Amino acid sequence: MAHTPFAYNLAHLIGATVLMMGFGLLYQRRMTAVIRTYALQAMALALAAAWQAAIQDAPHLYATALIILLFKGMAVPAALQWLVRRLGIHRTVETALGIGPTLMAGVGLVALSIVLVMPMDIAATAITRESVALAMSVVLLGLLMMITRRNAVTQVVGFMSLENGLLLAAVGAHGMPLVVELSIAFSVLVAMALFGIFFFRIRERFDSLELSYLETSRGDSQ
Amino acid sequence: MIPLLWGILHTLLVVAAAPWATGLTRRVKARLQGRRGASCWQPYRDLWRLLQKDSVIADSASWLFHITPYVVFVAVWLAATILPTLTTDMIMTPAADLIALVALLGVARFFTALAGLDAGTAFGGLGASREMFIASLGEPAMLMVTFSLSVLAHTTSPAHLVEFVLAGHVGLEVSVGLAMGALLMVALAESGRIPIDNPATHLELTMVHEAMVLEYSGRHLALMEAAAMMRQLLFLSLIICLFLPWGIARPGDAAPWLLVGLAAWIAKVAALSVVLAAYESWIAKMRLFRIADFLGGALLLALLATIFLYVSEAL
Repeated sequence: MAHTPFAYNLAHLIGATVLMMGFGLLYQRRMTAVIRTYALQAMALALAAAWQAAIQDAPHLYATALIILLFKGMAVPAALQWLVRRLGIHRTVETALGIGPTLMAGVGLVALSIVLVMPMDIAATAITRESVALAMSVVLLGLLMMITRRNAVTQVVGFMSLENGLLLAAVGAHGMPLVVELSIAFSVLVAMALFGIFFFRIRERFDSLELSYLETSRGDSQ
Repeated sequence: MIPLLWGILHTLLVVAAAPWATGLTRRVKARLQGRRGASCWQPYRDLWRLLQKDSVIADSASWLFHITPYVVFVAVWLAATILPTLTTDMIMTPAADLIALVALLGVARFFTALAGLDAGTAFGGLGASREMFIASLGEPAMLMVTFSLSVLAHTTSPAHLVEFVLAGHVGLEVSVGLAMGALLMVALAESGRIPIDNPATHLELTMVHEAMVLEYSGRHLALMEAAAMMRQLLFLSLIICLFLPWGIARPGDAAPWLLVGLAAWIAKVAALSVVLAAYESWIAKMRLFRIADFLGGALLLALLATIFLYVSEAL
């Protein structure tokens, strides 16, 4: 398919959906809703990858889309839901900063990434400025979520959504080899397994997944 | 001469079709809840019944209480005529734009809130305070949506915005998508629909709009209710005119095209009313203090729409 303005516009619209789900993660107040929103974000990302496969004539991106859909859209959310049930965590999200200020900070971060992207010379690169701005915003929102949430599970969701932003940039760029995306996907899966083990260890030690307890074990407090 | 005729028809249409749209929403909602529901024409009968009745007015009420229904009705009616329904060739086009529309709705809201306070009952004041709380968040969000579309099309007039969209100058822009999301959220809040306010409630503690008009009766109540219905139709029209304008007649089109435009508008209003009813049946009403997050979210979406214009248009 040719690189028509329509193709680019639809790609950006799907990218914007991924970004909106990033805001949705910051907006939700229930653990199950957060995980569900994360699954939706991953599905939107899979759609973005599939659309890029169609407009770039790059069949390997279909494989990427399938991997994202199966692992990040289904397996990881199911595992997180199982963990939440198994660990008997509080069903509400505990925040370090209120929901409203967090959302405002999120818009600030989007503006920041746009300011960073504006001076870029698009003629020289294989990716449009909008794609970079969208992907960077998703990454920064993931970071923001990791900073402003107290519970370990929501921090992990933040990490996973940050990684969604990286993949969004990767599928938008021309000629990104499949092996890079595969290795990212598998390292995230390994990270997920490690996080799962850590959750059990942390709870065993402190009877809670509240990460502020860890500060007393760090050795440099007092 | 002909534009004048269509202008009059358009002006009458927005006031005549409003109860039908409300009735349709109620009926679909009743069906989804497993009730048979009243006919789509029931709101007309209700309004007629109220118009026959005498108004009972509290002794403590001032002149403000008397004039408010008329001011509110006229302000909302005027605001509704600004939006093109069947054709973009309108008398109002050079006179008013989207900012005037927001201002007129603001006037209506201001008088409703004052009247709510005027009679001196507790619930009126409570409703007025909540309405102002919602408006302080909803109005900036709506203006922001207006601005982002105006920057894109270089005009604030709704008729020219429709022309701009129909001419194909705007594709599937990220900004347009974000602005639409924001407008949908604002429309739910401003027309008093479910996640924010429940139009069918009889529980005083959850009322917002109903609490303010609690003291009204008879023909005054009929005007207030008609204005509320028109406000809902206005927001449906706004969504149609900004994001789904296809089918509307353009200046210079022959008379049959106007009928096509009319049919298209009615079909779109009906479709949106059904969607609204389905959405209301699906979602639960929000706690009052969650509204700040909801409308704050709408404001942020509108802000993002404006921010993304700077990337895509390289302003």
